[in-house]
Amino acid sequence: MCAASPACVIVGGGHAAAQCALSLRQHQWSGSITVVGDEPLPPYHRPQLSKGYLKGETGPDQILIRPAALYAQKEIAFRLGTRVVEIDWANHAVILADGATLAYDKLVLATGSLNRKPPIDGIDLPGVHVLRTAAESDALRGAVAGASRILILGGGYIGLEVAASLRAQGRAVTVLEREPRILSRVTSPEMANFLHGIHREEGVEIHTGVTVSAIRNGTGRLRVETKEHAVYEADLVVAGTGAAPNTQLAEAAGLAIENGIRVDETCRTSDPDIFAIGDCTCQHHPLYDRAIRLECVQNAVDQARTAAAAMTGQPIPPRPLPWFWSDQYDIKLQMAGLSTGYDDTVLRRHPDTPRCLSAWYFKGDRLIAADAVNDAIAYAVASKLISAGSAADRTLIADPHADIKKLINTSRGASS
Amino acid sequence: MATITFITPSGESRTVEHADGSLMEAAVQNGVEGIDADCGGVCSCATCHVHVDPEWTDRVGPPGPAEQALLELQDGANERSRLACQVKINEALGGLIVRVAPR
Repeated sequence: MCAASPACVIVGGGHAAAQCALSLRQHQWSGSITVVGDEPLPPYHRPQLSKGYLKGETGPDQILIRPAALYAQKEIAFRLGTRVVEIDWANHAVILADGATLAYDKLVLATGSLNRKPPIDGIDLPGVHVLRTAAESDALRGAVAGASRILILGGGYIGLEVAASLRAQGRAVTVLEREPRILSRVTSPEMANFLHGIHREEGVEIHTGVTVSAIRNGTGRLRVETKEHAVYEADLVVAGTGAAPNTQLAEAAGLAIENGIRVDETCRTSDPDIFAIGDCTCQHHPLYDRAIRLECVQNAVDQARTAAAAMTGQPIPPRPLPWFWSDQYDIKLQMAGLSTGYDDTVLRRHPDTPRCLSAWYFKGDRLIAADAVNDAIAYAVASKLISAGSAADRTLIADPHADIKKLINTSRGASS
Repeated sequence: MATITFITPSGESRTVEHADGSLMEAAVQNGVEGIDADCGGVCSCATCHVHVDPEWTDRVGPPGPAEQALLELQDGANERSRLACQVKINEALGGLIVRVAPR
């Protein structure tokens, strides 16, 4: 180790890694920065993989977070197409798949998440696709070109975004969801029902309460069998069945794990020289007063900025409200906060605009989250109220003719 | 090809040439500090907030409703605020000057 020129190694080449490297330079980190990523591309915008990139509307250059030349200019080095196989924390070094070692003063784990594949017979057959990387999106796009009937396993955001993208390309799309409704883990029954209706209008078939038991090669098509005995045939299958935090390296190094790599408010792990950021982490959130793991861009970039600030001795930025978005057909879904534990929902409809709805989630007096479809004002107002820990006038929210911006002036603290 | 000048929060002036796409893409391609573009240009995050030079506001035009709502979440937003990802570059914007909003 050399204090005059410290080395930072970032494991993982996604959005969090890119932001952390850029933020370190912004905070005058004087030493080396090396990003080790197992994909061939420099960091890119992963949300596009189920949308414009899948449809072929944007190419690889257009999804890059920064052009490769910019990292070179900032002396951010990349080791792409390889991966770290071990953290030798006692010697402050990581070992790469090719046997090379990289010494570090500070190590950042930005290892993201891994596809959760259901243990189903035939899940690894050719023709069954998953979607996490640009290469997987390329493979899916290529396969879709020769397919007419597509089956999607999982009615979560990825499954529904893929359904919307492939439906827009004229494919027959069926979604199978194990739970009694789509989006059961992430939104309310009211909002899920509304989105289900939009997919139905667009011609996507959604079957809920269906558990796939096996996927087999049929005659020229895949044959998907279910516990409910219904059989579905498709030219290709996409498994959008969730993600798990990629904690393998951290676990092997003996770092504390609790539904992800446990980090403190500065994104430091249980080893003082190892930080962790993004999907792979679990961190206490002051607004909700519990440890949470988030799979989203907002968390990746904000934790990256926090870790960079901590490593350079800068003030730690306050933990922001989690937010998410999803684009499907002509709808933009914007989500602020986490609705887990809510006890009341207020819906705001717009009688003249059918594809416009917001759902506001309360716990006691306090607004804790909101989902808004094609209603950015509702999203913006809700974000402010949730961040402030405010109560809000439910009658005003539910009244489509009321100006909800008034809520910001009339709200009072829930605890007051 | 349009010439665009970005003035960053630290006062640095960066003039770039850009053929097409958005004002955000012009900034990202040229490494303009302060344009983070977290959402990749889909009007979801407001991390490409700029103030349009007063002489250019008419030609650039006002924000759309979704953009306006996100801008209202930002400290320091005003009547000259735009999200750079929502401003398409064309020949008529040659010479445009914008200030990157501090965050």
